[in-house]
Amino acid sequence: MAEIVEKSYKKENIFVRFGRGFVRFFTKSIPNFFVKTLPGFFIKIGKGIKNFFVTFGKRFVDGSIGTKLSHFIFGSGNLFRGQIIKGIIYLLLQVGFVLYMVLCPGIKGPNNTMIPTGWKSLVNLGLNQADIVPDNRWTPNTVISSPNSFLYMLVGLATIAIIILYIIVWLSNIKSAYLADTAVKEGRKPSSFKDDILALFDNRFHILMLTPTCLAALIFTLLPTILMICIAFTSYNDFDMTAAGTTLFHWTHFANFKAIFTMDKASSLGVEIGARFLPVLGWTFLWAILATFSCYFGGILLAVLINKKGLKGKKVFRTIFILTIAVPQFISLLIMRNLLMSTGPVNSLLINFGLIKDPISFLGQNQGDNPWIARLMVVIINMWLGIPYTMLMTSGILMNIPADLYEAARVDGTSKPKMFFKITLPYVVFITTPYLIGSFVGNINSFNTIFLLTGGGPAIVSEGATYKAGQTDLLVTWLYKLTIENGDYNTGAVIGIFTFIITATITLITYRRSKAYNEEDTFQ
Amino acid sequence: MSTEVLKEQEVMDVETSAAVPPKKKKYRSQKGAEITSLVFSYIVLSILAIVWIIPILWIVLTAFRGGLDNGHGIVSSDYFPSSFGIDAFKELFTGSWLGVDFYFLRWFANTLVIAVIDCVVSTLLVLSVAYCMSKLRFKMRKAFMNITMILGLFPGFMSMIAIYYLLKSFGLTGNTGDNAWINLVGLVLAYSAGAGLGFQVAKGFFDVIPTSLVESAKLDGCTNSKIFWKIILPLSKPIIIYTALMSFTGPWMDFIFAKVIIGGGNPGWWTVSVGLYSMMYGNQYDASMFTIFAAGCVVVGIPIVGLFMALQKYYVEGVTAGAVKG
Repeated sequence: MAEIVEKSYKKENIFVRFGRGFVRFFTKSIPNFFVKTLPGFFIKIGKGIKNFFVTFGKRFVDGSIGTKLSHFIFGSGNLFRGQIIKGIIYLLLQVGFVLYMVLCPGIKGPNNTMIPTGWKSLVNLGLNQADIVPDNRWTPNTVISSPNSFLYMLVGLATIAIIILYIIVWLSNIKSAYLADTAVKEGRKPSSFKDDILALFDNRFHILMLTPTCLAALIFTLLPTILMICIAFTSYNDFDMTAAGTTLFHWTHFANFKAIFTMDKASSLGVEIGARFLPVLGWTFLWAILATFSCYFGGILLAVLINKKGLKGKKVFRTIFILTIAVPQFISLLIMRNLLMSTGPVNSLLINFGLIKDPISFLGQNQGDNPWIARLMVVIINMWLGIPYTMLMTSGILMNIPADLYEAARVDGTSKPKMFFKITLPYVVFITTPYLIGSFVGNINSFNTIFLLTGGGPAIVSEGATYKAGQTDLLVTWLYKLTIENGDYNTGAVIGIFTFIITATITLITYRRSKAYNEEDTFQ
Repeated sequence: MSTEVLKEQEVMDVETSAAVPPKKKKYRSQKGAEITSLVFSYIVLSILAIVWIIPILWIVLTAFRGGLDNGHGIVSSDYFPSSFGIDAFKELFTGSWLGVDFYFLRWFANTLVIAVIDCVVSTLLVLSVAYCMSKLRFKMRKAFMNITMILGLFPGFMSMIAIYYLLKSFGLTGNTGDNAWINLVGLVLAYSAGAGLGFQVAKGFFDVIPTSLVESAKLDGCTNSKIFWKIILPLSKPIIIYTALMSFTGPWMDFIFAKVIIGGGNPGWWTVSVGLYSMMYGNQYDASMFTIFAAGCVVVGIPIVGLFMALQKYYVEGVTAGAVKG
């Protein structure tokens, strides 16, 4: 009996499991991703495209005259079947689109310039130098200066988005005409406008519910993201543009990516950006690993402590820890910063006790301070922030661990620490793996902690320009410094893309393997 | 029922102890070990609680420091102030610095309005998306979920700058004069527009509501919209409160988005975080006003902490749900 229990514990050993999982990640998951998942994805897409054209052709061939006409004049199929309002709406959408594309109504830009729209905005995505009127309103080196080219590009991308929406409307108009055809063929009446509205609250409820989010996401998430990806391929940075005496930028293809790796960005920024990229990347990874695991295991330990059987005052302790979550993060981080300042209470306390003579620079305030003290401190302070959260989260899970597991262990005379490592930990880790991945990615992008505590400091002694990455800068804080503080938008965008590639690779591979994803449907 | 179980257990305890006397001794020593470990836990927990409380207590103590050294109170090197008073609060609400009013009440009001609007809009968006993803089946559902996940992986700052320009081209940011309130409209848009993409936790909650409930309602002729409003929502009080709490506290907690979109400009239309930060590092005010900053933190902190404490149950529930869903 004891042997069996012992064996099953061994099976659950967290470190062995973790190690095996780690190896499997490289030997199986990554190859699988490229051999199976990716091709599968493309095959699926290919099938989708094929089906699309088959349906498309079928609708054209089988449809009535109205449906056929709908391919060219929106809404004609609906008008043909007596769905007047619907037909007119489709027609108006088409007329509006054609007018926009052909007439290119100018939008008022800064300094009374006109930004071209319609087909003109598509030429070189607006970066068509001939179209651009020079504009001196924007002074360089302000917090965020705005060269015209950016707006041109924005309008260009918006036009592409409009074209895509137009195609969607086109397809939906054909489908709608075809559905009306089918209805007539089957002896029903084509749906009236009122029917269509009512369907929005029933069978097509999801369209009503998702449209606001989709539009908002298109405008405020997708469009900005694509815009910034495009910026990575341009010469958009205040430094270069000021030197050239222009407020315009142009396409530079892969020059910015090359600069990061060949370390020859010196020309434009006066510093070698590339030489700082790898150290920052390395620290970002180290930070993400330390921050994630320290908070995670610390939180589990705290949860075990608080939820100990027979412990009184659980609520009081838990409330104290929740209190620290409830305090707005920028406040608690600024408090920490002041607490640890060289003139702050912690240092004066240590000096008064005679433990140290000179104040310790905990958060790397000065150039050339020991970076490892600052790095250690941000990790510790991050534990202060993160442990209560993990504690709360795991408390609920701890209560769900089957009690008989512990009972069996107690009968066997297993020690408490052993029980923790062989029952509690594996159980919690198993359930919270998705959270662990999420928090790892979150820590890679952990802006507030670094920005408000150290501001990326300590700076390096040899540093010429102030905006070079400091010793505790993560990719995101560096990105912020480069773009918002120094107007080096194109390099910032390149770094953003790298950050995305890293986080996306980690997440996609681990997430696709996780139960939460694969059994998402079967869960209910 | 429970007493019965207890009794049974007692009987069993007595039986085992009677049948195997030596084991009783072991039981006692185990009890002793348990008490030791309990005491140990109390000590460790108390130390940890003190460590966690120290910074927060410090800011409260500083806020109530008597007198304002150096005009507005610099960072003190003492943990405990030598005298107590409410000068900092007086200064915060009525004072000015270099001829500029502190506007703290206005910052507070601005943030409150933003938080309320964001709370209503975000909660509606999140719940509607979560419902669609959980209980409705349609084409593109899986694709939608994958796309939202991928979009969520882009670092926020990358799009922040672009959002700034987007808002600028609508004239919703960068206003510095009397029309600076328009910036706040831009801020609300930036906060709530993307909210619908963070539906995962709410979806996890809806997943647990039995689908059979929805199906039987459908058989009774309920439309999907009715099911959402009349069946799902009344059952989802915890997740509604959790979502609302998160989106309401968001604007109070956020700093960087507010800073970029509001910028400097007219201090009358700042939010609390921009205002408080400027007390520490701004050009507008001086950095030597730590006591007033502390007072501001206390005023902001009290309602937020109060909300969290009052809704603690729902918060914990939401966090636990998030653990499993990632």
